[in-house]
Amino acid sequence: MKWYLGIATAVVTFMLSGKPLSAQQRADTTAGGQQRALDSLAAVVRATQARLDSLERAMAAAPATPQARAPGAYMNVSFVGLTDLGWSSTPDVGSLQVGDHDPKVRGFSIPNAELVFDGAVDPYFKAFTAIVYKIDENGETGVELEEMFLLSTALPKNLQLKVGQFFTEFGRQNQQHPHAWAFADQPLVLNRMFGPEGLRSQGARVSWLLPTSWYTEAMVSVLNSAGGTAFSFRSDESGEIHGGVTSERSVAGAGDMLYVPRIVTSLEPTDNQVLLVGASGAYGPNNSGPRAHTSILGTDVYWKWKSPYAHQGFPFVSFQGEYLTRSYGTGARGYLDNPITNIAGETLEDNGAYAQVLWGIQPRVVAGFRAEYVNADENAFVSPERQDRTRWSPDLTWYPSEFSKLRLQYNYDRRPGLRDEHSVWVQFEFLLGAHAAHKF
Amino acid sequence: MKFLSLAQLAIVATLSVPGPTTPPAAKFNVVATTPDLASIAAEIGGSAVNVKALAKPTEDPHFVDPKPSHIVTLNRADVLIDGGAELEMGWLPSLLESARNAKLATGSPGRIVASQGIRLVEVPTSFDRSKGDVHSMGNPHFLMDPLNAKVLVAQLVEHFSRVDPSNAEMFAANAARFNAALDAKFAEWKAILAPYKGAKIVTYHKDFVYLAQRFDLDVVATLEPKPGIAPSPAHLAQVISTMKASNVKVILAQSFQSHRTAETVARQTGASVLDASQQPGVAKGTDSYVALMDYLVRALAAGLGGTK
Repeated sequence: MKWYLGIATAVVTFMLSGKPLSAQQRADTTAGGQQRALDSLAAVVRATQARLDSLERAMAAAPATPQARAPGAYMNVSFVGLTDLGWSSTPDVGSLQVGDHDPKVRGFSIPNAELVFDGAVDPYFKAFTAIVYKIDENGETGVELEEMFLLSTALPKNLQLKVGQFFTEFGRQNQQHPHAWAFADQPLVLNRMFGPEGLRSQGARVSWLLPTSWYTEAMVSVLNSAGGTAFSFRSDESGEIHGGVTSERSVAGAGDMLYVPRIVTSLEPTDNQVLLVGASGAYGPNNSGPRAHTSILGTDVYWKWKSPYAHQGFPFVSFQGEYLTRSYGTGARGYLDNPITNIAGETLEDNGAYAQVLWGIQPRVVAGFRAEYVNADENAFVSPERQDRTRWSPDLTWYPSEFSKLRLQYNYDRRPGLRDEHSVWVQFEFLLGAHAAHKF
Repeated sequence: MKFLSLAQLAIVATLSVPGPTTPPAAKFNVVATTPDLASIAAEIGGSAVNVKALAKPTEDPHFVDPKPSHIVTLNRADVLIDGGAELEMGWLPSLLESARNAKLATGSPGRIVASQGIRLVEVPTSFDRSKGDVHSMGNPHFLMDPLNAKVLVAQLVEHFSRVDPSNAEMFAANAARFNAALDAKFAEWKAILAPYKGAKIVTYHKDFVYLAQRFDLDVVATLEPKPGIAPSPAHLAQVISTMKASNVKVILAQSFQSHRTAETVARQTGASVLDASQQPGVAKGTDSYVALMDYLVRALAAGLGGTK
């Protein structure tokens, strides 16, 4: 499977050869081209003269004011700080709140403080970096390079290349940073499939905007399959899923990489509505055995209505839902706590979904409701990571301005065989620096 | 893993198609972020352009929802006109990133930043968001001064002529015609508003500063306590007493701003609320920029003269 090298070479060759010498310029060396060039020069001179005249008039008319200067040239810097406060009916809050950026304890949590740099690198690339600080249950600060990538801006043929470490484009919410979430915690199904931190790894993504009259984008990411952020793949913690000793598995070929294809398309049923539908897959090795393999499939849907008279983006109503299913093929492996006893190879099946409705009632006030579940089939090893769960969460968010947020959320948790749990969370969030531009 | 070979095929197929040598189309695609920019672009571009606006005329231009169809529109555009001065900062950058259209890169013939060359007012000397959502480059609602439209026209002619040199003369002629019509109208507008020189007005947001400056009106208060911050009862009480003290007759509010708030204040002060959309197409008969300004000036005069 050497094809991926071929693609990379082709992309690079295209980038290097496509830009500087276009066919247009070559044609301009002919006599006709020279005449055209002269004409166009003359036009430019006329236009410039007109502009100068007009500028002169405008300057004469305008009072002298200091000329505008953009702050933070060459790079946007921003900082997002999130503080959670709340209480849960169980002291073992971590068993309910699995996500790395969820509220973690009774009392206060600081699960996400994000330092973001972004900007244009040169005419060919943009770059984005997010460094995340978080304080754990014991008050210790952890730091991680959450994302760091280059994004091409000048590839031909509607292609776009992303290289580095990034939240993988699988479904809708996985790519979003915590400040873009509509709830204080991550959907359970994303934790189940992608672990506490979501699916992100080191690699590259090629995306293609299809030449259709409506929006359709197809993409594929090729990533390293190892580590905690490739949770369902070659992760050191995979024993929590399959209950066995993990096998040492190195990268022998392209088949040991993680492949994440996605296609997403959009319709606008009316002028004030948007519908977005996507399908994603994630295919790669896991380390429960030398030839073990995981596949995850997902579909996602997003719908939004916004008033044509929207003030600051309100009022609106939106719906978002994702369904994911995972087949985790295991090898025969020794029990974690008793390695000489073998568990036979099997396929662990999990699935789950969430659906959430948001109502932007009036400027800066959003009410939300989310319902979700995760299920697993019965297997030789009973993992607490794979227990069945359902959760209902109403919430209310108030944005005093674009740059701050207050949220109140209630969670009702049900786990078969365990008592029902209730939790209440309050979130405070601030944003410093450059405007955070949100994707649709 | 059938999907992989399919994806591979698709990508290889796209890459192997020969380079772009598309002949210049009969018309080129111009995309403007707001309808007022689109209206002026259509008049200058004439028969050589297809013009499309991203924001709806009724919509708050600071908070346009980036829709997937906008990505497609921007992907196929030859020219993009944005207001600049951070007006579209919350939504345009992510769209452009997805649209992957190198023609629209800043500094290219295909990118026109309307605020360029315009003397912006209210440029902050310090950057402090406790003063509200202040744009660091200055107030971006500059097209409310009709003379600023002429600065934009000059830019349009220059850029359009670079994109489509064969029609340069037509662009220049269209610009001359537009400017002449605007000059004539401007003289008329000045005469209409001359009796109200120094008149005090109130606006919802800081979006009529340029209009007030050009026609010697005095914005004594805004219903928003600070730009982008929702009106509070305490602030409105202060606005009401200011309005009574200085005999303010009109409150200007755009279609997306809260007319309920404006009406409440108006009732308590005897002022009238003027539906003062800054985008052509909202009020009846305002299908172009000049028609819109004409409507605004006449409505303002009627309100100030107490005939509304």
